[in-house]
Amino acid sequence: MTDTAVGGYDNVRAVRVREIVFLTETSEGCRRWISAMPSKLLDIENQFLLQGKYQEWPHEHISLLINIIKGEYHKHTAVLLRFWCISLQIIIYGVIMKMYPHVTLGPIGTVRERLPFAEHAIKIAAIIFGLAVLFDMFRQLTTGELTIALIAGYLWRGLSYGLVIGLAGVGLSLTYDLLDFANFAHGDYITLSAFVGWGVAYLVAGFGQFKTGSLLFLGVGGTVYPQDVGISVTNAPIAILIGLVMAALVGALLAVALDSAVYKSMRGAGNITLLIASVGVAFILRYGAVYLFTQQTFGLTADSWSYKLGLPGGTVTITSASLLLIFVSLLMMLGVHLLLTQTKLGKSMRAMAANQQLARVTGIPSEKIIRRTWLIGGALAGIAGFMIALLQGTINYQIGWTLLLLVFAGVIMGGIGSVYGAIVGGILVGLITRVSLIWIPASFTEATGFAVMILILLTRPAGIFGGDVS
Amino acid sequence: MSVQEGPVASRLPDSLVGYWENDLVKIGATLAAVYLLYVVAGLLLGYGLSGQLNSLRRLTFLIVLYSIGALVVNLHWGYSGLFNIGVVGFMAVGVYTTTILTRPVAGQNPTGTLPGLGLPLPIAIAGGVLAAALVGYLAALPSLRLRDDYFAIVTLAFAEIIRITAKASELQEFTIFGTTVGTGGGRGIRTYPNPINQFFEGTGAPIVNAVSGTIDGPLVSGWTFVLALTFVLVCVLWVIVRIVESPFGRVLKGIRDDEEATTALAKNTGSFKIRSFIIGCGILGLLGIIWQGSQGYISPSLFVPQLTFFIWIAVIIGGAGSNTGSIIGSILFVGTIYLGPGYVRRLVEEFVSLSGRATNFPDALGALAGGDISGIILYTLDQTSALRVILTGVLLIWLLKRRPDGLFGNRREMASSIDVESRVRDRQSNDSTAGGEE
Repeated sequence: MTDTAVGGYDNVRAVRVREIVFLTETSEGCRRWISAMPSKLLDIENQFLLQGKYQEWPHEHISLLINIIKGEYHKHTAVLLRFWCISLQIIIYGVIMKMYPHVTLGPIGTVRERLPFAEHAIKIAAIIFGLAVLFDMFRQLTTGELTIALIAGYLWRGLSYGLVIGLAGVGLSLTYDLLDFANFAHGDYITLSAFVGWGVAYLVAGFGQFKTGSLLFLGVGGTVYPQDVGISVTNAPIAILIGLVMAALVGALLAVALDSAVYKSMRGAGNITLLIASVGVAFILRYGAVYLFTQQTFGLTADSWSYKLGLPGGTVTITSASLLLIFVSLLMMLGVHLLLTQTKLGKSMRAMAANQQLARVTGIPSEKIIRRTWLIGGALAGIAGFMIALLQGTINYQIGWTLLLLVFAGVIMGGIGSVYGAIVGGILVGLITRVSLIWIPASFTEATGFAVMILILLTRPAGIFGGDVS
Repeated sequence: MSVQEGPVASRLPDSLVGYWENDLVKIGATLAAVYLLYVVAGLLLGYGLSGQLNSLRRLTFLIVLYSIGALVVNLHWGYSGLFNIGVVGFMAVGVYTTTILTRPVAGQNPTGTLPGLGLPLPIAIAGGVLAAALVGYLAALPSLRLRDDYFAIVTLAFAEIIRITAKASELQEFTIFGTTVGTGGGRGIRTYPNPINQFFEGTGAPIVNAVSGTIDGPLVSGWTFVLALTFVLVCVLWVIVRIVESPFGRVLKGIRDDEEATTALAKNTGSFKIRSFIIGCGILGLLGIIWQGSQGYISPSLFVPQLTFFIWIAVIIGGAGSNTGSIIGSILFVGTIYLGPGYVRRLVEEFVSLSGRATNFPDALGALAGGDISGIILYTLDQTSALRVILTGVLLIWLLKRRPDGLFGNRREMASSIDVESRVRDRQSNDSTAGGEE
């Protein structure tokens, strides 16, 4: 359990080759036996032996293999050597299996460790709990305590909140997987870039009318009020857009700068050392924001257009802010999807996330990819920060920290290292925290998210999608 | 246990090195140096005897409390390898439980205050410690199978859930089984009276009157309380030293060094980790009771995660795995980062006449652009609490980069009774000298 890559491909996985079962990760002895080569290569050669069953290969393995064969990553001779070693091993395996059809190359039959009783109990309890919750929702609907409009309102707010969490989670998930540490400063990338982004938005909207300094610092100390500037999605779309771009830029630059200043010299220092260092970074950023902006909570936006959707039992208010948020988030997620699937950078990132050693062996420049990952993750965090401030209409120095544990919840739920998992996990966390308002008082909204995260960690530390989504 | 000569020892004359190796001397020397610093600062600020005593009282109070916290973190991380960053949550459980247990029952409480169960303080303290230990058990029981960074996230989330629960307006005052109790929600709750203060207000009043000519009266009860806390610190240190030197402690160190190997020796590592975690959480509950509880008023904002990391940095300064290091780390942390900025501010205000005022950063920046640096200096000095945390962050990163082992990290005690590694080292050094002769 200790060094099993959770969320990556190297998870509990049994590969059958004729009657021979290779347990790549579960059995310690077997793992030692095959530790000489990366498990992914082992998988590829196992699949060779399957002959004709390659349609079952995971998509990325095929593309990786094709890339190797096409010579796309043949920049170093090491790759070639590796490839020939594999081929040789395959031949040897083939010969062994021809000569001794019943020889065993690994433990047979022990495909899965038996689950302890506690885990069964937890699973059954979770299912019963889920059914009870659903049942109670229908009961409340029939008695009229709960209306369709109320549920729709919760779902709508949960979706917009969840999209922000998902957006912020992409960067966290990627860096967690690539560098193997939980970056506790990620929340404060969100805070600081949101502050700067909104400062710039204020500056654009109120330029010439108020003092530049007051605008850039959001009128700290009561020099400018949001009503004076009158900024909102419909009133000042240009200011909002420039602020958004600025937040993304600041987030990206902050992430890269902090990586080269702090984390770069500590690569491989151990996940706990890096975690504590990231707490130090978080302190500097958060209280840097306090130093610049004080602990004041700033109101940001003026009233703007909103649409009231009539539903049985009431209305759902759809604000222009949440519409913009959903549009931008979906655009960004599409962008991330295209980046990951269509560009060479994205492919290298996925290769690094799947198996770092193999990626290095195939000639992917890891430091460069790590830097670009920080860049993308930081930019998305910045956008998420700007958007959450827009959605809430307020900002203070704790905005990112409050979001951080929920982002962790989403990332862990989706499986660390999986970009799509982080997005889906984030949306789920948003929905769960908001829909739980039906039963749980509003004071406990965040606590519900944390509790769900703890439950996921305890029951499925690899994420609810089994961590095979990347 | 052999002690490697540190950088300090190599600079001292030979006759003093022997003394320096004694842990008590090390703690005493560090404490004396910090005291001297504050006495000098007090003299510069023109404090009288009472002022000096009060400044040292506050210093000692914080050092003792941070030391207790650091010792527990060291028991968890330095000896058992449990990465607990939810320290503050267990403190909150302890102090909130004790407060609710001691508040007068409904009807007998002064108007405007929350009712409780009206139990005597000693029983309530035991209840608070037990509650903290129980919550520690609940947190540790399922999480022990997790990787250490997941364990960290779980403990942090646990602490935040506890803080959110204490803050929830629904629990501000509620009735359960016919008894009305409450946490006070975001407004906070008044705690139990400090028995030492009560003693000096009642039977001990003549003592206060006798000294009131020379020093302020409240100092007597204040210093007595600090001495009582020091006694608690000594007890906690004794308990922890007894634990880590027992067979139980050897298993803990074994788990920290190599859990699989310890399991292979037929030790149920999960049970050992849970027990170590529970003991630590109980002590943390006590820490909350004697720290925040003794101040007369608690609110959820006292239990923010940064307090956890203040305690952690004391351990990191001292070096995980060394109790002496934890105490010296606490002395240095409180003496420099925690109280330092406030004194620097007072000294600057005393000796540098700064004109101009800046209430916010853009004003200060504007003044700076106009060639007036006093605005930004004043503004910076006003932000003591933010500076304290920024300094903590800078120091954390610097320590992890330059001295990840802290001051005494090289004294990590081995799990085995024989230092196997030293034999290997000896052999290697013998080989290298032998090779040099050839």
